[in-house]
Amino acid sequence: MSNYIKLIALGLVVVFAAIGTNYARDIAYQVHAVLVMLIAGGLFIWTLRNTDEPDILTDRSGEYMDDVVRYGVIATAFWGVVGFLAGTFIAFQLAFPVLNFEWAQGYANFGRLRPLHTSAVIFAFGGNALIATSFYVVQRTSAARLWGGNLAWFVFWGYQLFIVLAATGYLLGGTQSKEYAEPEWYVDLWLTIVWVAYLAVFLGTIIKRKEPHIYVANWFYLSFIVTVAMLHLVNNMTIPVSIWGSKSVIVWAGVQDAMIQWWYGHNAVGFFLTAGFLGMMYYFIPKQAERPVFSYKLSIIHFWALIFLYIWAGPHHLHYTALPDWASTLGMVFSVVLWMPSWGGMINGLMTLSGAWDKLRTDPIIRMMVISVGFYGMSTFEGPMMSIRAVNSLSHYTDWTIGHVHSGALGWNGMITFGALYFLVPVLWKRERLYSLQMVSWHFWLATIGIVLYAASMWVTGIMEGLMWREVDANGFLVNSFADTVAAKFPMYVVRGLGGVLFLAGSLIMCYNLWMTVRKAPAKEASLTVAVPAE
Amino acid sequence: MEEYTILRQFADSWMLLLLFAFFVGIVIWVFRPGASKGYKDTANIPFRHQDKPATSEEARQ
Repeated sequence: MSNYIKLIALGLVVVFAAIGTNYARDIAYQVHAVLVMLIAGGLFIWTLRNTDEPDILTDRSGEYMDDVVRYGVIATAFWGVVGFLAGTFIAFQLAFPVLNFEWAQGYANFGRLRPLHTSAVIFAFGGNALIATSFYVVQRTSAARLWGGNLAWFVFWGYQLFIVLAATGYLLGGTQSKEYAEPEWYVDLWLTIVWVAYLAVFLGTIIKRKEPHIYVANWFYLSFIVTVAMLHLVNNMTIPVSIWGSKSVIVWAGVQDAMIQWWYGHNAVGFFLTAGFLGMMYYFIPKQAERPVFSYKLSIIHFWALIFLYIWAGPHHLHYTALPDWASTLGMVFSVVLWMPSWGGMINGLMTLSGAWDKLRTDPIIRMMVISVGFYGMSTFEGPMMSIRAVNSLSHYTDWTIGHVHSGALGWNGMITFGALYFLVPVLWKRERLYSLQMVSWHFWLATIGIVLYAASMWVTGIMEGLMWREVDANGFLVNSFADTVAAKFPMYVVRGLGGVLFLAGSLIMCYNLWMTVRKAPAKEASLTVAVPAE
Repeated sequence: MEEYTILRQFADSWMLLLLFAFFVGIVIWVFRPGASKGYKDTANIPFRHQDKPATSEEARQ
């Protein structure tokens, strides 16, 4: 019966998308309408072929729902490579403008590719990592199968559709020009639906948990899901110009719009890239180190302090603007105070290894996780410092900011995700071990050196251009033109691009290693998988 | 008073106090006597039920 309702709904979507293709006011909308029409049409046929077939009901309540996690792991690795590749390419576009090819002008120049890169690494790579690991962790720590049956599959595929719509939209000009919130209104609506389903699956699993306590990793994941939902809704309050076009107008105006954008933007960092990934840290570091987290009390205080403080830090993006001084001071103060819980969390992650530090020598995966927490500590020190108004007057609008973002994103988010992938693949595909630990070492060093090249060159070029912009001669005239600073940055831009190449190479080695783990590594014996865990 | 001023005053006073008290309350709650034993058990959750969900009989309520 439910299949008939599905068929009616899918049929309506196909018809609507076909009409949309015809009436489309811009190319982005038209391409998306065709895409939606084809996907909905394909699903229609697929559903039709499965309708009135005998139901084969198997009771799977006695096992975890891991196939969706496996898909998530593959998607994470795939989007990671896409995002790193795009980033490396646009880094060289900045160094060598000729790479903004004439034949691709208006589609593949820096301005169009840059949001593709940021969204690919943050939302596609990071988002898939968060969805996959949260589904894995919430099942294990709740001792319950995912709630909602195939709803988890809807979350996974729905999120991939969101990524494809967002990415193709950027190339074709479908953007609302809000940083990290570029997708237009209909893509936002789709993400809202997917996100509500995600929340339902996650919360449903927690509600039916068999453990009396909710493990701290789930608190972080849950705060990430809930807060991102809130941020997404408020920052995307737009009115479409036409239902047949991608253009929309935001309801906020002027400085209010700017403040809401950076309230969103900084909390995307705080809750998407920090809270969610801390959930990963609190599960995978104890698992890989084979010992419980250093202090569970500290983890609770870490959680509440982090979410209470982060939400206020946004205004530090708007120093020296139309935003009232008190608001930007408030953002600055909260950013500095935020240093405390951040380092509390870092200490908690690192000290989990106390008594097992020897693993750093023998286990490259734990090394990866430790350096990720190290980068977390470094960028959460750098961030508060840069939010101080006096420092910001030098650093803002320079490449220092880009360096800061990347030491956090590549170092903290990237490395902890790689560590989690290395942990997950042998477990999910029931292999005894990874294909090659030596390759993990190679990945570790390539990625680390890549980040160091990236961050160091951006410090140099950022501080240099900041100083050049403010340099005045004895008569008070500016010494340098903007083009002078651009010319002076060239060597650092090349070094940055090379750092990207190293990081990308490391991730390709990881993909090969994970692929070979699934194909070649010895399978875990069946008897081992049902062994009772020691308590 | 206009809406902005009312909200601003509320945020500066009662709401600030409430949030701060809530946070202090959590810290006190975390360090309540006898908490360590429970947290030790909670911290070990990741090392249980690695391969399959808990059955109703072994659920720890």
